[in-house]
Amino acid sequence: MTDLLAGLQEAWVRQAPLFLSGLWITLQLLVVSTAIGLVLAVPVALARVSPRRVLSVPATAYAYLFRGTPLLVQIFIIYYGLPQFDAVRGSVLWPLLRDPMPCALLAFSLNMSAYTGEVIRGGILAVPAGEREAAMAVGMPRGLMLRRIILPRALRIALPALSNEVVLQLKATSLASTVTLIDLTGVGRRLAAKTYTTEGLFVAGAIYIALTFLVARGFRLLESRFAAFQRP
Amino acid sequence: MLDLSGFGAQLLQGAVVTLEVAVLSLLFGTVLGILGAAAKLSALRWVRVPVTLLVNLVRGIPEFLILLIVYFSLPSFLSSLTGTDVSISPLVGGVFALSLVFGAYASETFRGGFLAVPKGQLEAARAFGMPRTRIFTRIHLPQAWRYALPGVSNLWQTLLKDTSLVSVLGLEEIMRKADIGAQVTKRPFNFYVAAALIYLAFILLSGPTFAWLERRAGRGLARSP
Repeated sequence: MTDLLAGLQEAWVRQAPLFLSGLWITLQLLVVSTAIGLVLAVPVALARVSPRRVLSVPATAYAYLFRGTPLLVQIFIIYYGLPQFDAVRGSVLWPLLRDPMPCALLAFSLNMSAYTGEVIRGGILAVPAGEREAAMAVGMPRGLMLRRIILPRALRIALPALSNEVVLQLKATSLASTVTLIDLTGVGRRLAAKTYTTEGLFVAGAIYIALTFLVARGFRLLESRFAAFQRP
Repeated sequence: MLDLSGFGAQLLQGAVVTLEVAVLSLLFGTVLGILGAAAKLSALRWVRVPVTLLVNLVRGIPEFLILLIVYFSLPSFLSSLTGTDVSISPLVGGVFALSLVFGAYASETFRGGFLAVPKGQLEAARAFGMPRTRIFTRIHLPQAWRYALPGVSNLWQTLLKDTSLVSVLGLEEIMRKADIGAQVTKRPFNFYVAAALIYLAFILLSGPTFAWLERRAGRGLARSP
């Protein structure tokens, strides 16, 4: 046990700059894809609860497609699959789609929006009917009611579940190393391949655990700020 | 529709391997999950504390990283334990890692299931003079199973998708077969979309299967109208 810890410490000390650059990539992937994923999740959720089938059917199909297939396949379709078409390689988006970082961000964001859309949908459905009716009774137009009453309430109700989604998203970013990005997992893999030792993988694991803890802690602070009213 | 240049049969062979990995991990993982739940509920501190710690560690690390850690460090660990050279195949490494992950999450699910069984029933069983093990197998586990099944169903879907990670170790399941097809034919899009459709089919088929299991687990219960 002490041998292992000493080995880990040595690996960390010797490779600290490498791990820090990996951590930076992981954090970029996490923060950007979570932000885009959250922003996209709101329209997905609204479309899913919409009474109009033109909106609800495609949104449901979107959620099923992204939640029913592995994230690895989604990244590979975007990064390795799309360049198969000349139209993609000739398009203005090609400089972005050629680069693994935007491709990974795109895959993670879309994937997150599908999962988080479900969570927000649950939040929207959990907004008490009385509040909705009160808003209608004072004559609020639909858009205003959505912005002032339903979404703020739904997001607060969904906050604890969103914390789980962000932790899952952190773990999902580890797949970035499959499209040549050197994130935390990528650093561990690289060291493992170069030195035939696994200390690097363990150090990466320890950093992920610390990050998971920080995310959970951060969300608990957010909850005490924004959702204090519904504490038991 | 999707031109796979004759690699379709290869993909289906890969699908069989994917199912093998997933089902084996489900079986081992379920056993681990039940044991883990029992350990977490144990009155003995030296059982409860380390298991809870281990479960939290596993849940804080990406599945992909756990797979890599298991595959690359298990052989040297086993070698030092047995004193002989041990090597493990991607299949064994994959099933081991995925079972561990499944078991860690399932231990929470089963813990909830065990706690949801009404105390009175366990007391009734004890009052009948049932031995402890029989209370567990006849009263506690079957009902905990019923409460845990919806959670297990979700975990199974995650597990099924996580099997794709084992392709990185070189196991020839759906994803690896798709990689090979993509490289040979230079049509990666077709192959990865085909792979995605197979996973989607598996996920869609597991819905009714688990619905059937849930009906079975709840047989004899009054259904609310």
